[in-house]
Amino acid sequence: MATIAITRPAGAAPPAIRRATGESPAVRRVLTGLALAFLGLTLVLPLVLVLHEALAKGFAAYLAAIREPDALSAARLTLLIAGVAVPVNLVFGVAAAWCIAKFEFRGKSLLITLIDLPFAVSPVISGMIFVLLFGAHGWFGAWLADHDVRIVFAVPGMVLATTFVTSPLIARELIPLMQEQGSDQEEAAIVLGARGWQTFWRVTLPNIKWGLLYGLILCNARAMGEFGAVSVVSGHIRGETNTLPLHVEILYNEYSFAASFAVASLLTLLALVTLALKTAVEWQQRRQALEGAETSVPTERIAA
Amino acid sequence: MTIQVRNLCKAFGDFVALDDVSLEVPGGELVALLGPSGSGKTTLLRIIAGLEPADRGAIFFQGEDATSTPVRERQVGFVFQHYALFRHMSVFENVAFGLRVRPKAARPSEAEIRDTVMGLLELVQLDVLARRRPSELSGGQRQRVALARALAVKPRVLLLDEPFGALDAKVRKELRRWLRRLHEEAHVTSVLVTHDQEEALEVSDRVVIMNDGRVEQSGTPEEVYDHPATPFVYGFLGDVNLFHGRVGGGRVSIGRGTLDAPEWAGAEEQAAVVYVRTHDVELAASPAGAASLEAVVRRVRAYGPLVRVELDLVEGGRSIEAHIPRARCERLALARGRRLFVSPVNPRIFAEPA
Repeated sequence: MATIAITRPAGAAPPAIRRATGESPAVRRVLTGLALAFLGLTLVLPLVLVLHEALAKGFAAYLAAIREPDALSAARLTLLIAGVAVPVNLVFGVAAAWCIAKFEFRGKSLLITLIDLPFAVSPVISGMIFVLLFGAHGWFGAWLADHDVRIVFAVPGMVLATTFVTSPLIARELIPLMQEQGSDQEEAAIVLGARGWQTFWRVTLPNIKWGLLYGLILCNARAMGEFGAVSVVSGHIRGETNTLPLHVEILYNEYSFAASFAVASLLTLLALVTLALKTAVEWQQRRQALEGAETSVPTERIAA
Repeated sequence: MTIQVRNLCKAFGDFVALDDVSLEVPGGELVALLGPSGSGKTTLLRIIAGLEPADRGAIFFQGEDATSTPVRERQVGFVFQHYALFRHMSVFENVAFGLRVRPKAARPSEAEIRDTVMGLLELVQLDVLARRRPSELSGGQRQRVALARALAVKPRVLLLDEPFGALDAKVRKELRRWLRRLHEEAHVTSVLVTHDQEEALEVSDRVVIMNDGRVEQSGTPEEVYDHPATPFVYGFLGDVNLFHGRVGGGRVSIGRGTLDAPEWAGAEEQAAVVYVRTHDVELAASPAGAASLEAVVRRVRAYGPLVRVELDLVEGGRSIEAHIPRARCERLALARGRRLFVSPVNPRIFAEPA
């Protein structure tokens, strides 16, 4: 029997092995440094600046700016708009993703393109569409005026514009997820006697819940922060058709910088909360994906 | 319960998956649908289950037309190739699913569900793992959960789509035996789709061999193996050598060798394809009769009870394979480059399609 002895001179450290795929340390340091500097300049600095400006006249002035009736009304309107736009897009997003991921039909790629449309056009144009449709000189303008319905330069128009601009967010999050999962589990449920609704609640929804939540968070953040489209269809009437982003602009234009930044800090806070939630959900999603990778063996499907 | 399939047709765009397929599955039997990829066997299984609509034709369960019966009312159990377990549910809940989704009036009580599920998990020897998630099980265990889940709804028919396709060879063999035992106990009419001829021949009572959307032959494993109806079946079941020759007047000639072909005594001379199973190729050091063809040994693989010998025919250069007993191999002192004589036994002759 042969024995193999591996000996190393006492005290001598083994030679460090550099990863064959890595860059040299200097290149790595420069690249990392550049990335960090860019992040600091475009993300951290503005954040600090917003908070600094908001508190420039002291905490009392900060609180007063937030508690001011117009600001409170803007906050309420922002919540209302998001409160309508997000659920509508939730239903639309799930339905669209379901239909695209689980069925084959003609015009499917056209539908996918249409879903992306609100991302492709400028938000200002999106707003203009609604002015052209429902404005005084728009297609339905005369009819709406006759029936005394106000859409443009009023809350309904702002809800419509926000819903339109945020509509791709949930659908786009779900489509690749549902496509990847296929319909094996749904088929198994149906064979076992489940009805359509039971299949959706007990099988489909639990499988997409983290992706759905992720989409909801993004959609909500965008709905609350939307400026361009909402600005076009809003009448800019203080206390009536002003959302938080629009209110920030008005205050800024009136040279009340501290108040403007105070309101802006609310939106910043929303962004930070969104970021934290997003990270938590992403982490959950990764964990589930890891489990999923072990459960389903996504080898090529043999079309026999 | 018997299943009858009558004149089924199905196309996906230009691709014809099933072309006028008819077959019958006698009650209580296990039938294997065997064929290469793209032969239509999975499509046929999915149409029987109701997961796919047929373009034409009909399905009868126990003589009753079930062609338009919705999937959930067909009372079939379906086992998917990649298990399709509900990954967010425990093993217990996976098996209980079919009972829990029943309408209130037909739903068993919680205690009954418990008894049924635990009984089934015992049957598939997974009762100790009831609380685990599918991700914590091995492939073989997952497939057994899938089987228990399918059996929980007391199906009239059990349909299995390549159930062991994603498992490694050893587990596949174990599960195959286990499935056969289970079938002998429960006697649920079952249809198994597979592309593995060994699996089909070992497990099933009857084999249906499919190719290009058509049924080539059906019968017991012995029938289809010993009396293949078409060249395709012959080639698909077991290892074969193929020779091109001419047949007629009770003789078939392959190169310079000739063999008796009594069933072709009255036929005119024509081109023919001759199939010979690898274990029906005899090797000898000197010419033995009129059928001997000279060949050179290219490679010898001597593992297991049979030695696999690859040879090149001297005339024509075609390569053939022979499986011979180990003792015979030693007596011939086979080695690369050795010249010897090959004689086919039990040839199966088909007229060459014009």
